[in-house]
Amino acid sequence: MSLTSDPPAAPSLTKEPGTAVTTPPAPAELVVVPVRHPWRWVAVAATAVLLTQFVHGLVTNPGWEWDVFAAFFTTETILRAVWVTLQLTFHGTALGFAIGIVLAFMRLSASPFLRSVAFGYIWAFRSIPLIVQLLFWFNLAYLYKELSIGIPFGPSFLSFDTTGLVGEMSAAVLGLALHQAAYAAEIVRGGVLAVDEGQLEAAASLGIPRLRQVRRIVLPQAMRSILPNAANEIISLFKGTSIVSVMAIGELFYQVQVVYGRNGRVVPLLMVATAWYVLLTTALSVVQHYVERHYAKGSAR
Amino acid sequence: MSSVTTADPAAGSTATTTAKVEIRAVHKNFGPLHVLRGIDLDVRAGEVTVVLGPSGSGKSTLLRTINHLEKVDSGTVSVDGTLVGYRRSGNKLYELRERDVLKQRTRIGFVFQNFHLFPHLTVLDNIVEAPVSALKRPRKEAEAAARKLLERVGLADKAESYPKQLSGGQQQRVAIARALALEPGLLLFDEPTSALDPELVGEVLDVIKDLAASGTTMIVVTHEIGFAREVADTVVFMDEGRIVEQGPPAEVLDSPRHERTRAFLSKVL
Ligand SMILES: Nc1ncnc2c1ncn2[C@@H]1O[C@H](COP(=O)(O)OP(=O)(O)O)[C@@H](O)[C@H]1O
Ligand SMILES: [Mg+2]
Repeated sequence: MSLTSDPPAAPSLTKEPGTAVTTPPAPAELVVVPVRHPWRWVAVAATAVLLTQFVHGLVTNPGWEWDVFAAFFTTETILRAVWVTLQLTFHGTALGFAIGIVLAFMRLSASPFLRSVAFGYIWAFRSIPLIVQLLFWFNLAYLYKELSIGIPFGPSFLSFDTTGLVGEMSAAVLGLALHQAAYAAEIVRGGVLAVDEGQLEAAASLGIPRLRQVRRIVLPQAMRSILPNAANEIISLFKGTSIVSVMAIGELFYQVQVVYGRNGRVVPLLMVATAWYVLLTTALSVVQHYVERHYAKGSAR
Repeated sequence: MSSVTTADPAAGSTATTTAKVEIRAVHKNFGPLHVLRGIDLDVRAGEVTVVLGPSGSGKSTLLRTINHLEKVDSGTVSVDGTLVGYRRSGNKLYELRERDVLKQRTRIGFVFQNFHLFPHLTVLDNIVEAPVSALKRPRKEAEAAARKLLERVGLADKAESYPKQLSGGQQQRVAIARALALEPGLLLFDEPTSALDPELVGEVLDVIKDLAASGTTMIVVTHEIGFAREVADTVVFMDEGRIVEQGPPAEVLDSPRHERTRAFLSKVL
C-alpha cells in the first residue's frame, strides 16, 4: 500500500478566477470603511492629560531639586557605590547560578539522596527571608574570622579570616548567592525539563558522551526557557542588593542614605539611586535581548 | 523519486561491516504491563527484517532494547556476537557502565519516528556531532564525510540549514544521514515514515531501499506493506508482546498462517 510519489496535479486549484459563483466587482471599485473607536480616543486623551500633569510636576515642582540631583548623580561616592552594587550583583549571580546548576542536576539525578539534599536546600533557602539570612551571615562573618577554617560550604570561602570589610562583602555575596542558588536551581531544572526527551534519546542513541550531551545538546536548548527567567532573577537581585544596606556595606542605596542623612536632601538623592537602578536595569535588558537572540538560532520563534 | 541519488560506490556503501542480531527470550515490563513476552529473533548479517504489528504490540520497545535505550528484564540481546548492555563472565551478567553502553551504540544506528534532530544545530552539525564527540574523528574529516552522506540522501544543498527550515521528509533523510555517519553495522528504523505527510513518504522509503541494497543489516518497524514486500528478506508479525509469525514476505504477507496476522493485514492493506 505504499503511496505513489506523484501527488494529484494541483494547478487547476491555483487558478481560481472565473470559477466563482458570482463575479465580484474589481477591487478598485471597493472602498474600505474602518471601524471607528470613539472611546479609545477618549481614553487616549485622558491618559495624555494625566501624563502631562505628571511630567509637568516633575519639571516644575521645586521639591524634586533637580540641581541637587545633577550635583550628586556622578559624584565619586555615588559612582563607587554603583560599582559595589554591580560587584554584589555579578558575584551573587555567578556564584548563585553555579551552585544552582549543581543543585538542579542533583534534583534531576537518579540518586534519592542527592535529590533529597537538593530539595531540602531549595526548600530551606526559599523559606528564609533574604534579609534574615543576610543578617545571619553578617554575624557569622565575625564567627568565621575567629574560626577561620572548616567551613561547610567549600574551600573558596576561606578568605573570611581577612579584615572587616572583605568579610562583610563576602558575607553579603554569600548570602545573596545562597539565596539566589535556590531560585536558579529551579529555573535551570525547569529549563532542562523543557527540553524534549527525544533529544536525549537521540543523543544517547548516537553514543555521544554524557557530559557532551549536557553541554552540547541539553543546555543550549534549555537556555531558551532559562534565559527570560534568569534575566528576571538577575534584575531582581540587582535591585535586591539594596537590602545589603542593613549590613552597612557601601552599595548604592546605603550610600544614598548616608548622603541624605548628612544633607537632608532626601528626595533628590532617592532619585539619584532610582535613576541608576533604572539605567542599569535597562542595560541588562538590552544584554538579555542579544543573548536570547543568540540562543534562538534554528528556532522559528 | 528523482531527488535521491542512487548508490554511488564512492559516496555510498562505506566499508561497513554488517552485523547479525540475536535476541533470546527477551521480557520487558512497564510496571504491571508485560510488554515483551519472550521474544526470540535472529537477523542475519546484511538482511532486512521488517516488523509489523498493531499499535501497542511492543514493536518500538523491542527495537529500543536492541540498542539498550530500554533495559530488558530478562533475556539477552547481542549484536554481532557481543551482548548489548552487559558483559558475561561465567554465569553472571555484569551491567556495563554508561560509557561502554554509549560506545556500543555507535555501532547501531537508530532512526526515530519523529526524527529528533537537534534543532539548534545546522544540518551539517547534526551529522558531524557524533563522529566528532563519540568517535573522536577530526572535524574536517567528519564534515567531508557528512557532505557525502548528504549528497547520498539528496540534500547536498541543505548542509547549512537548520532542521526547522526543512520538510518532514528532508528532516528524516537528515536523521538517516546522521545515523549513517557512525558507519553502523546495524540500522534500526522505528516507523520512519509515520510522522510524514503522504506525499513525503516516498522520498524517505527510497533512501531506505537504497541502503538495503547496499547490504547493511536493518530492522524496520513500519506499516508500509508495499515497502516490506519489496525490500524485506524477513517479515515479522508481532502482537501483544510476542512474535506471532515470521518468514519471507511472500509467505507472511500473502498467505499468513495465523488468524491475527490475517486480521491485521486486512486492516492495513
Ligand atoms: N516508557 C514506558 N512506560 C510505560 N509504558 C510504556 C512505555 N513505553 C511503552 N509503553 C507501553 O508499552 C506498550 C508497547 O509499546 P510500544 O513498544 O511503543 O508499542 P508499538 O511500538 O508496537 O506501538 C504500550 O502499551 C505502551 O503504552
Ligand atoms: Mg511504536
